[in-house]
Amino acid sequence: MSAGPVGARARVALVLVSHSQRLAQGAVELSAQMAPGVLLLAAGGTDDGGLGTSYDRVSAAIEEALQAADGAVVLADLGSAVMTVESVLDMEDGFDGRVRLADAPFVEGAVAAAVTAHGGGDVAEVLASAEHAGGTFAVGAETPGAAEGPGTTDGEPAADGGTRAVVTLRNPLGLHARPAAVLARLVAGFDASVAIDGVNGASVLELMKLGAAGGQELTVTGEGPEAADAVRAVVEAVEGGFGEV
Amino acid sequence: MTLDVAWADRWTRLSAERITAARDELTELDRQIGDGDHGENLDRGFRAVVAKLDGSASGEQPPAQIGDVLKLVATTLMSSVGGASGPLYGTAYLRAAKVTGLAELDAQGVVALLEGALEGITARGKAQVGEKTMVDAWQPAVDAAEAAANGGASPADVLAAAADAARAGAGATVPLVATKGRASYLGERSAGHQDPGATSTAILLEAARDAATA
Repeated sequence: MSAGPVGARARVALVLVSHSQRLAQGAVELSAQMAPGVLLLAAGGTDDGGLGTSYDRVSAAIEEALQAADGAVVLADLGSAVMTVESVLDMEDGFDGRVRLADAPFVEGAVAAAVTAHGGGDVAEVLASAEHAGGTFAVGAETPGAAEGPGTTDGEPAADGGTRAVVTLRNPLGLHARPAAVLARLVAGFDASVAIDGVNGASVLELMKLGAAGGQELTVTGEGPEAADAVRAVVEAVEGGFGEV
Repeated sequence: MTLDVAWADRWTRLSAERITAARDELTELDRQIGDGDHGENLDRGFRAVVAKLDGSASGEQPPAQIGDVLKLVATTLMSSVGGASGPLYGTAYLRAAKVTGLAELDAQGVVALLEGALEGITARGKAQVGEKTMVDAWQPAVDAAEAAANGGASPADVLAAAADAARAGAGATVPLVATKGRASYLGERSAGHQDPGATSTAILLEAARDAATA
């Protein structure tokens, strides 16, 4: 079910830094479910396992990440976790620019970054994905492009020569986290820009925010060199029911 | 009394003693407006620092310069404190160490050390004066040190001016409403309490002063 570069590991690893060891571990677990090919490292708690952040744990996790990947994106939960990460980056002179700290909500940013890393994104792309999560996770936030969905007629080829299809969600739970991640990874693997009900098909958070339920119709549009293949793949994945039917 | 590496060593050990003595007071201040771990965290950090100093005295090369002592304090606090004060004080001592590669501090050298520390804290915490943080002790300390040095005071008197100003600055945080750090979550309710970080700053600078006259 991986849609990332086949046989290749992700280029970017994630380091999740929390005051709580269990929170960091939980965020790793959640992100791993959506992006199994990405190296995710938890650096939570103090050296003795209490609440706080440990300089040594953070720097060890970053070093481990850099041994396995080209770069690393770090997410941190509260003020002093951010400061600890900044201190590590300061002391190591930013690891030659291979490591970036995201200004992003911890959980949403981690999930979005993990899916982008799984799709083969570089450090800048993974960082942008995490930071964009801050604008999309709040319920009721404006979604770019959402307005273009209604108004077009089913089955009509898009005016600009792109591809368009309508498909019905078959799995009862609809587009929840795991299927959203499957679609986002799938879309990221094509040289095409795909929108599902008007939102960016490569963004797991935007897909989840659609709140699409089982039985609901989705409009899939694509542009770019591989648009037709991408739209077909999305339709097949949705019709396949994500292994839940 | 010259401000040399022996002074830096005395300052560090005296800091550890004073922080241990004030641990419960700091924790109580932090319990009122923060997460209640400031005293415990700093105490753990400075105990680790002293252990490092003792270790380097028996085995490894002892710190040869003031800057070496400050760097040892910086890296140890960063890795052992846990709370926000670890990276804040860690960066403060680190930046202070950069400006004191001297064998002995003159009055301007003391000012440079304090300025480096303040710069580290603001770089890391991004707080300004009046936000009820340790900056409210560090900024007046730097200002007072500059004024004293420019007025021809001895290095020890520059430190004394800084320590007194830090203590007054800590006291002046009581009516402030926090807008940075964990205390800012309390908003108006943070007023009426003295800031724990400003208080520990005063303790550390008083230790610097007293180590210069001991």
